[in-house]
Amino acid sequence: MPHDVEVKTGDAAQAASPGSSSPDPHDVRLSARRTSGPRSAWRQRLSRWDVRFSPYVYISPFFILFLIVGMFPLVYTAVVSVYDWSLIGGKGEFVGLQNYRDVIENPYFLKSAVNTISIFLLSSVPQILMSLALAGLLDTALRGATIWRMGVLLPFVVAPVAVGIIFGSLFGDRYGLINEALGWVGLPSVAWHTDRLASHLAIATMVNWRWTGYNALILLAAMQSVPRDLYDAAAIDGANRFRQFTSITVPSIKPTVVFVVITSTIGGLQIFAEPRMFDSTLAQNGGSDRQFSTMTMLIYDFGWHLRDLGRASATAWLLFLLIIVIALGNYVLSRRFGTLTKARRRR
Amino acid sequence: MEALSHLTQEALVNRSTPRPARHVALAAVSALVLSLGLAACGGDADSDSDGGSADGPVEITIATFNEFGYEDLITEWNAANPDIQVTQKKVGTWDDAKENLYTKLAAGSGLSDIEAIEGDAMPAMLAESDAFVDLTDPELDGRWLDFKAAAATNADGQMIGYGTDAGPEGICYRSDLFKKAGLPTDRDEVAALMGTWDDYFATGEEFVSKVPGTAWYDSTGGTAQAMLNQVENPFEQSDNTVDVENPELEAVYATLTSNVEKGLSTQLTQWSDDWTASFQKDGFATMACPGWMLGVVSGNADGVEGWDFANVFPGGGGNWGGSFLVVPKQSEHPDEAKEFAAWITAPEQQVKAFQAIGAFPSQVEALQTPEVLDMTNEFFNNAPVGQILSDRAAAITVQPYKGPKYSDILQAFQAALVRVDDGSNTPEESWETFLSDVEQL
Repeated sequence: MPHDVEVKTGDAAQAASPGSSSPDPHDVRLSARRTSGPRSAWRQRLSRWDVRFSPYVYISPFFILFLIVGMFPLVYTAVVSVYDWSLIGGKGEFVGLQNYRDVIENPYFLKSAVNTISIFLLSSVPQILMSLALAGLLDTALRGATIWRMGVLLPFVVAPVAVGIIFGSLFGDRYGLINEALGWVGLPSVAWHTDRLASHLAIATMVNWRWTGYNALILLAAMQSVPRDLYDAAAIDGANRFRQFTSITVPSIKPTVVFVVITSTIGGLQIFAEPRMFDSTLAQNGGSDRQFSTMTMLIYDFGWHLRDLGRASATAWLLFLLIIVIALGNYVLSRRFGTLTKARRRR
Repeated sequence: MEALSHLTQEALVNRSTPRPARHVALAAVSALVLSLGLAACGGDADSDSDGGSADGPVEITIATFNEFGYEDLITEWNAANPDIQVTQKKVGTWDDAKENLYTKLAAGSGLSDIEAIEGDAMPAMLAESDAFVDLTDPELDGRWLDFKAAAATNADGQMIGYGTDAGPEGICYRSDLFKKAGLPTDRDEVAALMGTWDDYFATGEEFVSKVPGTAWYDSTGGTAQAMLNQVENPFEQSDNTVDVENPELEAVYATLTSNVEKGLSTQLTQWSDDWTASFQKDGFATMACPGWMLGVVSGNADGVEGWDFANVFPGGGGNWGGSFLVVPKQSEHPDEAKEFAAWITAPEQQVKAFQAIGAFPSQVEALQTPEVLDMTNEFFNNAPVGQILSDRAAAITVQPYKGPKYSDILQAFQAALVRVDDGSNTPEESWETFLSDVEQL
């Protein structure tokens, strides 16, 4: 390819932009027109198109696939949400925003929204702090580093349903292992499936168990690209390991932290398998009194228990909006946290 | 039939919390889409019901839950019918099967050629008659007990399902715990103690005062089922109008919630892990036992000695559960499926299922056979379960009216009782929630 030549000599950024990538395009065009006929001009044009449009064609499969499996359900769900739409019977009458009104007025909606946010906070916040700490520890010179790094990923390999069954049994109200263990040390047993906060803690434990190691590895990868001379300089300035971690490591991996925060926000707000498997029977839907029913479980409840896809879709859209709001909030917060540390460092 | 415990799961559990993605924005957008997709997609569509090319054998599947006792029968059929090969798909509980059923009915594909339906949910299936093959066959007239045949027949006189078993109920009890409480242990003497619900509960109060730490019955939910099956119109009037504020239902609710304070109930949710564990921990002394429950008890209480089965049921008799086989219209081989369903629900086959797992036949002829009448059960101290269940079936006087919403309302009612059991609500609060839940249906 002709533009390879230019990459060698010219500015990399310039080479990357499609318009400027052929070697002296003006010259080539002139000479082409002069020496040979239309055939060569056609070739030139093809070559220009190749350079200009190929990148888009190369990345297009993702977007085409996304349009089909992503945008279509999104739009279709919006359509379903304004109809009276039964799971079995299909489309009924157009009802406008009635489904949204029904969902918001449903006593379980607020409960589920609060549960979702509570479980999300109880899982995401400790999870990211623990991931950071774990990644910081893994980033030190450990003997057999690979084994340790593989080790933290082990919980992630176990399917969430299996985790749900195991933890559901551990957290049994009457005969669960955790309550028995509490009994051995003389503590009263906890009603894990009945007490609202206790159930959220139990579910957050499952989520944290599964995701902490995974996030730690992502953060670790980012930490390893932090230039080591920064640490040397800080050490000379007299910063201890903890100070180095908070003032160098964390600010340096800010983009990755933002990524982890946002993905765990999305995952946390969509939590389904863990609370679903935590239920003592499938006939229930997040505890006897919806102690740990989440938004996605409410979607499922509307759609598959009440067999009303209209209300299920309306709930899905409300969840969508909630996630956008919280993800934006998180993004702003994470940026603010980055600038604060930067400011402190400058001082 | 009901369920064992909630273990294996299907479609829904494959949806975990998604996280990894390449880029922040894309991660956000695609994950949001997943959340919406959850509502829009219809679950996994496994199409193992194909096959049956011109020369090869037709392959059909039958989906069952809990235990039907069909394993040996299917082997027998497959050996005798090389042209129609049957595979069984089993899930743990009716709750699992129900979710799968509705999801795939909605999707329009993915169901087995034959689906087992729990008796209480049959009215809801009749309301969706369009989705199922009409199995009416004059040759089968009179095969089933009248109430069983009626429960599978829709308003247009089409028979949608073939009955498998029936659920006449006796009382399972722990004779060793009875002895500890100073109560009689002999089957007939025990039977004399519990002719009415009042007697049954009064004996229970005596029992719990002598054996602290052990409840009288296994669960409020199970006892509620037993009591509701003696009420003519538990939830719905005969024209399908929902009417849950009726005196009979309110009486059942009041009795059961006040029993909680008296310590008669384990306060556990039926079919939960804790409930299953309570069989091994002397959690309770008695439970309402339809025929199919005998297998559940001997499975959960494996290794526990002292179980027996009394020829009595408070308030006379009651039928709890008993299932049906239906053929969804989705099936590519409805004729073969119908043929097999007719064969396996024939008296000869259901007798064998009874011998295998104790599911009491719903076929008139089967009830007269010595294989059924002379059957004893070693786990239950060699109780003559065949004779007892036949007597219990004869004692049934009421078949409750079950409309299309019966199964859904029952689920809400059970949840209301659990809320009182686990202490999350007072009986009054829980009743209010129940009323609002029913309104949402």
